[in-house]
Amino acid sequence: MYVYDEFDWAFLEQRISEFRDQVRRRLAGELTEDEFKLLRLLNGVYLQLHAYMLRIGIPYGTLSSTQLRALAHVARRYDRGYGHFTTRQNIQFHWIKLEELPDAMAYLGRARLHGIQTSGNSIRNVTTDQWAGVAPDEIEDPRIWAEVVRQHTTLHPEFSFLPRKFKIAITAAAHDRAAIKIHDISLRLYRNGGETGFEVGVGGGLGRIPYLAQTIKSFLPKRHLLSYIEAILRVYNQYGRRDNIHKARIKILVHQIGVDKFAEEVEEEWQAIKDGPLALDAAAVAEVAARFRYPQYEKLDDNPEALISARLRDRGFAAWFRNSVNRHKVAGYAIVTLSLKPEGGTPGDATAEQMDAIADLADRYSCGEIRVGHEQNLVLPHVRQRDLPELWAALDEIGVAVPNVGLVSDIIACPGLDYCSLANARSIPVAQELTRRFRDLDVARNLGRLHINISGCINACGHHHVGHIGILGVEKNGEEYYQVTIGGRADEQAQLGTLIGPAVPYGEVADVVEDIAAAYLELRQRPEELFIDTVKRLGVEPFKERVYAARQSG
Amino acid sequence: MPLVKAGRIVEDRYVRWLGDAPVPEGAAVIVPDGRLIADASLLRRDAPTGVIWPNNRKVSELAPYVDRLALIALVFPVFKDGRAYSQARIVREQYGFGGELRATGQVLRDQFLFMLRAGFDAFEVTKDADAAAFAETIRRYSVFYQPTGDGRRTVWNTRLQRARAAAPAVKEGMLQGT
Repeated sequence: MYVYDEFDWAFLEQRISEFRDQVRRRLAGELTEDEFKLLRLLNGVYLQLHAYMLRIGIPYGTLSSTQLRALAHVARRYDRGYGHFTTRQNIQFHWIKLEELPDAMAYLGRARLHGIQTSGNSIRNVTTDQWAGVAPDEIEDPRIWAEVVRQHTTLHPEFSFLPRKFKIAITAAAHDRAAIKIHDISLRLYRNGGETGFEVGVGGGLGRIPYLAQTIKSFLPKRHLLSYIEAILRVYNQYGRRDNIHKARIKILVHQIGVDKFAEEVEEEWQAIKDGPLALDAAAVAEVAARFRYPQYEKLDDNPEALISARLRDRGFAAWFRNSVNRHKVAGYAIVTLSLKPEGGTPGDATAEQMDAIADLADRYSCGEIRVGHEQNLVLPHVRQRDLPELWAALDEIGVAVPNVGLVSDIIACPGLDYCSLANARSIPVAQELTRRFRDLDVARNLGRLHINISGCINACGHHHVGHIGILGVEKNGEEYYQVTIGGRADEQAQLGTLIGPAVPYGEVADVVEDIAAAYLELRQRPEELFIDTVKRLGVEPFKERVYAARQSG
Repeated sequence: MPLVKAGRIVEDRYVRWLGDAPVPEGAAVIVPDGRLIADASLLRRDAPTGVIWPNNRKVSELAPYVDRLALIALVFPVFKDGRAYSQARIVREQYGFGGELRATGQVLRDQFLFMLRAGFDAFEVTKDADAAAFAETIRRYSVFYQPTGDGRRTVWNTRLQRARAAAPAVKEGMLQGT
C-alpha cells in the first residue's frame, strides 16, 4: 500500500471541492453541457445510456480493506448495490445521480480514492502487475514507479488536454501480467548488467486500428523516467491529430511519421530537458518508496500439513488450489485469485455484500490488502498457506471461489450495450451464455488456458484484439453481429488476433466458440499444447473451415 | 472580452493588426505569424510588437524572434485543444521568453491554473464572470506535483527538504519500503 502524505491528501481535498463547485455551476446553468463534459470526464464521470457513470481508479490495482469497504458503501448508498471492475484497474458505478456525485466523491476521498483522470483526453490511471510486490518473478516492486508517474501526471498543467486518452502500464516481472504492449507507453523494468532501468515502448493501443507498442528506448536509466515520458507527451501533444477522434491516439502519429522519426523527435526534446528539474533524485524516489507499507511476514514453511491434508481430503479444495492459488515470493505464503466470473454472471461485477465480505477476509487472511487485475478478478496477495482451506470455504460461501481462473469461462468483457452509449452490441449476455455453455469445469480444464475477450464496439474496452478468442460486437442493418478473431494475446509475447471470417449473428456466437474449442481439441498435438500455441502452429485456416462449414450445413 | 493580467482585469494597450495595412508608428500591435515572418523589420519599431502564433505552426519557427518580441499570443481555438500549453512551456522555459505570454481563444475559468503554470501571464477571458473569479480560482490549489517554469515549489521539493531536515527518521522509513 502507498500511504498518502499530507500533501497528497490536501491536493485531493482541493480537487473534490473544485468538482463540487463545477457541479454547482453546471446545475446553476453557468456551465454548458459541452464545457462541463470535459470537466466531469477529468473526474471519471461519464453520461451513459441510463445514468451517470462514475469510474474510480485503483492505482496500480492495490486496495486496502478500508478502501474496499468504502467502495461497497458507495455501491449501496449511491448506486444499485454493486460495482463493476474494469480491464484497467478501475471500478465503475453505473447508476449515480449528478447531484449526489460530489458527496460520493467526498466519501471516497476520505478513503483516498478518486476518479481523477480515469477518463477524458488525459493521462489515465497508471496500471501494473496485480501481483506487484509478491510475485516471485519480479525484479523489484513496479508500484513505486507507478506512483512516481501517477503523482507527476496528476493534473499535469501541460498534458490535461491531449488529443486523446493516454495510458501507461509498467511491469517488472519476466511474465507480463499488465498487458503493457497495448498501452500508449509501455514500461518494462529490467536488469541490464548491474543497473536496472526501463525498456520504453510507445504507440500500443486497441480500438479501431490496433497496434502493439514498439520500443523506442531499449534502456532508460530510472533517473530519467519522468523527463522521457514528458518528452514523449510533448511531441504527442503538439503533433498528434486532433481533426479525427479515431486517428488521435499516439499510435497513429507514431505510424504516420514512422517509429524512427518519432523516436528522434522524442530524443531531441528529451535532450533539452533531461538534466533539468525532472531528473529524479534518488532521495525523492526513496521518499515515495518509504510510503509503501509492506506486511510483516511470519517465518513459515511451504506446504504446511494443513494444506497437504486438505488437498488430499477435499477434491473441491484441490481443484481450486490448482487453479486459483499461485506461488508467493515469501515461503509459506500464497497469492489467491478470486474469480468474479461465476456461471451466468457479469464479468467483473461484485455486490456490496461481496465487497464487504472480501474486505473482512482480507483483514483476516491477507494483511488487509486486495488487488485488482486487468482480467477483472480480485486477488488476496498475502495468504498464509495454512489458512488456504479456511479461506477457500469462506470464499466459496460468497461465490468467488469458482476454479475457472484463466480458463474458458474466465471471460473479459466490457459493459456493452446494456450500459454504454458507445456500444453497438451487447457483451454481457454473450459472456453469460458462454459461461453456461462451459459450466462443466472438467471440460474447461481439458481446454486449458484459454482467454475469451468481448467488446461491444470497436473502442475495444474488452480488449478483444488480444483475446485468445476475441469477440467484437458490430451493428449490421440494425442487428447485433459479432466478429471473431483468434490467436491474440496480451502478455510478453503479445500478438493481435486474426479474423476468422464474416461476422455471425448474436444467436450463433456461443456456437462458434464451441466449434473453435472442439476444433482445438482435435487439432492439438498433445493435451499440454495450449489453444494459443495450436493457433500459432496451424494458423486460423483449420478453425475457420470448421466454423464456417458448420454454419453452411446448419 | 476582458483581459486579465496579474490577477486583475486591465485595459488592453495592444491593437490587433490583422490586415495588410501599414503598421502605425508608435502603436503597440499584435500581428499574425505570417506578417512577422514576412517582415521582421516590424521588430525594430519604436513601439512594442506582439505576434499571434497559431497552435498548428511549429513553435521552433518563432525562436529567432523571441528576444525582440514584447508579446506572444498563443491560441486555444477550443479549450480542449491543448497544444498551446506545450508551446507556452517551450517558449518560456527553453527560449527564455520574458515578455507577455497571452492566452487567447476559448479561455475559461477551469483552465486558468493550468495556463498560469505553463507560463501564461495574460488571459483574454471568454466570460466576464470567469474574469471576475480569476484571483479566487487560481488559489484553489496549494499543492503541485510538477516542476514548471512558473517556479512554484513542488511537493517533491518540500518532501526532500523535510527529509533532509529529519534524516534519521527517513532512514527508518526507507527500510520499510525496500
